[in-house]
Amino acid sequence: MAMNPNDPIIRVRNLVFRRGSRVILDDVSMDIPRGGIVAIMGPSGVGKTTILRLISGQLKPDSGSVEVNGTMVSEMSEKALHEFRKDVGVLLQNGALFTDLTVFENVATPVREHSNLPEPVLRRLVMAKLHSVGLGGTEDLMPHELSGGMARRVALARAVVLDPKIVLFDEPMAGLDPIAISTVSRLMRETNDSLGLTSIVVTHNVAQMKKLVDFCYIIAAGKIAGEGPPGDLGSSEDPAVDQFMNGKVDGPIPFHYDASGKNWSLLG
Amino acid sequence: MNTSIQNITAPLVQAGRIGVFLMRMLAGLRLSASLMRSTMQQSYLVGARSLVIIMICGFFVGMVLSLQAINALQQFGASDQVSLLVGKSLFRELGPVLTALLFAGRAGTAVAAEIGLMRATSQIDAMELMAIDPIQRIALPRFLAGVISVPLLTAMFNALAIMGSVVFSIGVMGLDPGIFWSKLQTSVYFGEDFMGGIYKSMVFGGLVSLIAVYFGYNAQPTGAGVGTATTNTVVLSSVLILIFDFIMTSFFA
Repeated sequence: MAMNPNDPIIRVRNLVFRRGSRVILDDVSMDIPRGGIVAIMGPSGVGKTTILRLISGQLKPDSGSVEVNGTMVSEMSEKALHEFRKDVGVLLQNGALFTDLTVFENVATPVREHSNLPEPVLRRLVMAKLHSVGLGGTEDLMPHELSGGMARRVALARAVVLDPKIVLFDEPMAGLDPIAISTVSRLMRETNDSLGLTSIVVTHNVAQMKKLVDFCYIIAAGKIAGEGPPGDLGSSEDPAVDQFMNGKVDGPIPFHYDASGKNWSLLG
Repeated sequence: MNTSIQNITAPLVQAGRIGVFLMRMLAGLRLSASLMRSTMQQSYLVGARSLVIIMICGFFVGMVLSLQAINALQQFGASDQVSLLVGKSLFRELGPVLTALLFAGRAGTAVAAEIGLMRATSQIDAMELMAIDPIQRIALPRFLAGVISVPLLTAMFNALAIMGSVVFSIGVMGLDPGIFWSKLQTSVYFGEDFMGGIYKSMVFGGLVSLIAVYFGYNAQPTGAGVGTATTNTVVLSSVLILIFDFIMTSFFA
């Protein structure tokens, strides 16, 4: 694992993002080291997926910046963003496979879109990626014929088929059985290291992340509540980090939805 | 007060959004092998798969039209004019309009639900993140398929309706086949009557599929959202078919 903390591939600085009057992210700064697997954790609905969308340029921050490989994502034109996204693989919640295409066509889609590879070369490339996730022979199946874990592995193959530099994972293990979780987890580590990727994983599952990732950011109430290697965070002094890592009901992370902006509805 | 203004502006805003969507779709139109392939595939799904319902409906519309026409014409002793009446009303109005309404119910809903479900299962997000324009990739082929399919379906509807008319007028009512066909041939014109209807049906096909892809694309990513999208598709496209029919007929006929 080559991790050079002085040379982060992604630099997030003072990111602020609002939805209406509601502040989702408030002054978030992160450094994602090249070659590592970094987790962004936090309770559901805290804006973890929002961070991925800000990194991939799908959303624009209200203030602050996202810098990937020295380029400001937040200031890219549509065309630059288009080019940039070829270098970023994404695995969305539940895989998001195209339900009207076969497994082969699903994995082939990004390649067809962004290159003019002749059909035999394309076929080899796609089959190699499918083999690397252990699913050679499934190429003619439709997504609804796959189990949850298999679908997630096809989505992984699709996310890395263009050999991106960064892969973003949004809840890659949600809803999977324990065996599938371990399989996907191992594949994520293998792909990351063999292809020299940098992976960012958004999740709320503490146990899986302890085994998989190199570094963790914990987000609570729109701010970074804690950061560090997963092993260290379990014994953190910070009450929010402690509450989240150890699954406690009581703590600074509130049970109630913040309805302070909603009083008008009671007054008619 | 605010809401009453919104009641007036909301439909205009919606119309504007649909217009912008159409422009975005057509602005990126590039003839490519993959676009042709997916347009053909969609034409099969929305067009060829709608054939059976169109043919059955066409046949019965032809029969009931002849029945009513013969009843009315008999009072003037002119029941041998039935093919003229059926042909004109069918080719100019009933064929295009009924086909488009059936198409909205059969194919428009399917398209809206399919795209809505793609939205709900983040397939559209996934495309955007792969730097694939989902409007070009998903919406455009379905739109083009509508423009291509509906005129063809209308022609099929018309053909089956004439057959229905033949069965009823000649087979059941015993009209003379020679008079039936010669009236149709001499008094119903290919250019004005038949093609006039086909041109209208192209517009209807574009209208229905534009509305279907628009509502599907902008569906809320939930089960209820997909349901709303299909309902809106049928309601709005049915109303607009009839409104556009009047506008086009009064301007061009």
